[in-house]
Amino acid sequence: MSQTLKLVVSGIDDSVTGIRSLTLSALDGGRLPPFVPGSHLVLDCGGRQNAYSLTSDGVDPFEYRISVLNVNGGTGGSAWVHQCLSVGDTTSALLPRSAFAPVARARKHLLVAGGIGITPIVSHLRAARTWRREVQVLYVHRENSPAHVDDVRELAGAAADIVTARADFRQRLGPLLAGQPLGTHLYTCGPAGLIHDVLAMAAGLGWPASRLHSERFGADVLDPGEPFDVVLGKTGTRLTVPSGTSLLEALERHGIAIPNLCRHGVCGECRIPVTGGVPLHRDLYLTDDEKQAGDALMCCVSRSNSPALEVPL
Amino acid sequence: MPLSTADPLLRGFPFPFAEDRYRYSTNIEPARTPVFTPAGQWGGSVLDIDTEYQAELRERAAILAADPTRGAVLPHMRGAAWDTMLTLMRELAATAPDAIRLTREGDRWTWENRILGLRADFVYGDEATLPSEPLHYIASQVQEDIVLLDQRDGALYGDAGVVTFAADWSFGFDVGMSFLEIHGPVPRIRQERVIVRAHEFLKRLQPHQPYRRTNWTMTIGRRLDVSTERYYEWGPDRETIKHADDETFGRLVHLRVEVQHLIRLPESGAILFLIRTYLLPLEKLATVETWRRRAAAVLAELPADIADYKGIIKYKDRAASWLAARGEGAE
Repeated sequence: MSQTLKLVVSGIDDSVTGIRSLTLSALDGGRLPPFVPGSHLVLDCGGRQNAYSLTSDGVDPFEYRISVLNVNGGTGGSAWVHQCLSVGDTTSALLPRSAFAPVARARKHLLVAGGIGITPIVSHLRAARTWRREVQVLYVHRENSPAHVDDVRELAGAAADIVTARADFRQRLGPLLAGQPLGTHLYTCGPAGLIHDVLAMAAGLGWPASRLHSERFGADVLDPGEPFDVVLGKTGTRLTVPSGTSLLEALERHGIAIPNLCRHGVCGECRIPVTGGVPLHRDLYLTDDEKQAGDALMCCVSRSNSPALEVPL
Repeated sequence: MPLSTADPLLRGFPFPFAEDRYRYSTNIEPARTPVFTPAGQWGGSVLDIDTEYQAELRERAAILAADPTRGAVLPHMRGAAWDTMLTLMRELAATAPDAIRLTREGDRWTWENRILGLRADFVYGDEATLPSEPLHYIASQVQEDIVLLDQRDGALYGDAGVVTFAADWSFGFDVGMSFLEIHGPVPRIRQERVIVRAHEFLKRLQPHQPYRRTNWTMTIGRRLDVSTERYYEWGPDRETIKHADDETFGRLVHLRVEVQHLIRLPESGAILFLIRTYLLPLEKLATVETWRRRAAAVLAELPADIADYKGIIKYKDRAASWLAARGEGAE
């Protein structure tokens, strides 16, 4: 779960206004774990965890590339990437996570992106070239911020339509969505408003939901959760479970062994009773009724909706 | 226990019972965690090359030659087949680094398997550079059966694989079916939600976090291929074993354990499901006292519906008493 990669910044590209592209390599210069197109990397940005789509080739990679938009006035991870990072700096990341993968059985892949939302599309296009998948791209970006335009042109050629005016984008979108062969899958990434418009128009034109795929930035990253306290009924001891630490880990650190297997909220091994507080269930094991009852939880993933939980341990 | 540690089949045997009672469960755990047993250990790596390596691969080749429907790659699984090949090549090389090597220079990959005397120079994604289709090529070099699951529309589909050692099922029949359809016949699963949870787990499984589980049944004779296709050959043994004398019973009846690995492939995103089959005759199992006692207890207690589904209902009680009797001063 918490396997961490140690990475070094081996390249920085600031050639596009407001967007900084990083090349990251393994500290020892070796291979990095391969990744599925559309995957993101959860990067440690000076103590904050931010998710960025990988734009490089996922087959047997020696480097990862990401592109980070400088969010105006932001004080978070993007500002840290833009202001604090230099070539040679080290940081860490979780293993790439896949949540926006190409569908292998698609007859054609229609890729619609806005702005920095082009990033996962670029890795889709790289894989499409390797496997000779049929693609078509519609990409809208601000005139002064042409992120990955060269990559898209190189990878998609004539199948890419790149516009800078929102009106042009809207004008093209309708005919594009209406004119696809059966079996086409649509992938869209960008600002929430753009995703909403694209999906609404596709649904209106009769696209089945199973053929529509969208990615809001970092939405799938496992939420580290809010901190909460746990009171151990047997001794009255009060422990704090910090954000990013599971209840199971907190109990283990306190010397309490809980039977467990998958640590993913699936196998059911680490179920513990709850005698006080309101559990925040995040597992796949308990039934809805059991979750509603609130008298037990899977401590590997679930947390608390109340400031404290009481467990008879 | 000098006898057991000397026998390689005992040493690496993944004895599956953690308690004196068996029920279906989503018994998944992280892969690559070694398990120490009274006879040795297993599970330190995803792939296991043991003393049966060459013999089992010869058997797989003969089965495939006689019945090509044991392997299939639906057209959209081409990328997943390549991904599987590279993933398993890496695993093999890590398991036997002295004999097996994978190297890459630019676009050219070189594969050397000195145990089998094989070498290939290939370009990833280019079938013309391999002696056979990539999934079949790698299936000829691992003892594990392989099933690939495609994920789409919120479900998983068994759209590719090479399975020559199926335990009472047919890959050719199941290919293209959904995970839930394939597991429809398993008893009790509706109430116990075991398969549904496994399905949810697999859909969320991420690359680089392989998991594993064990499953088990019993087989008469050291017969890896007890597929539906050859039921006419092995099915009657379930009846005739009743008439075997005790010595023959202990020699022929095997505990059959599958170590199954669940892996999200790192480039295609398909699920790689590996099934490795281990067979141990009761006469050898009984030489490990804790195994003998526990297997006897599990078989004696096993409910009829589970025993029936596993195809052992006709002889599981005799197996239980055979094992129990072995403890009563037989040694």
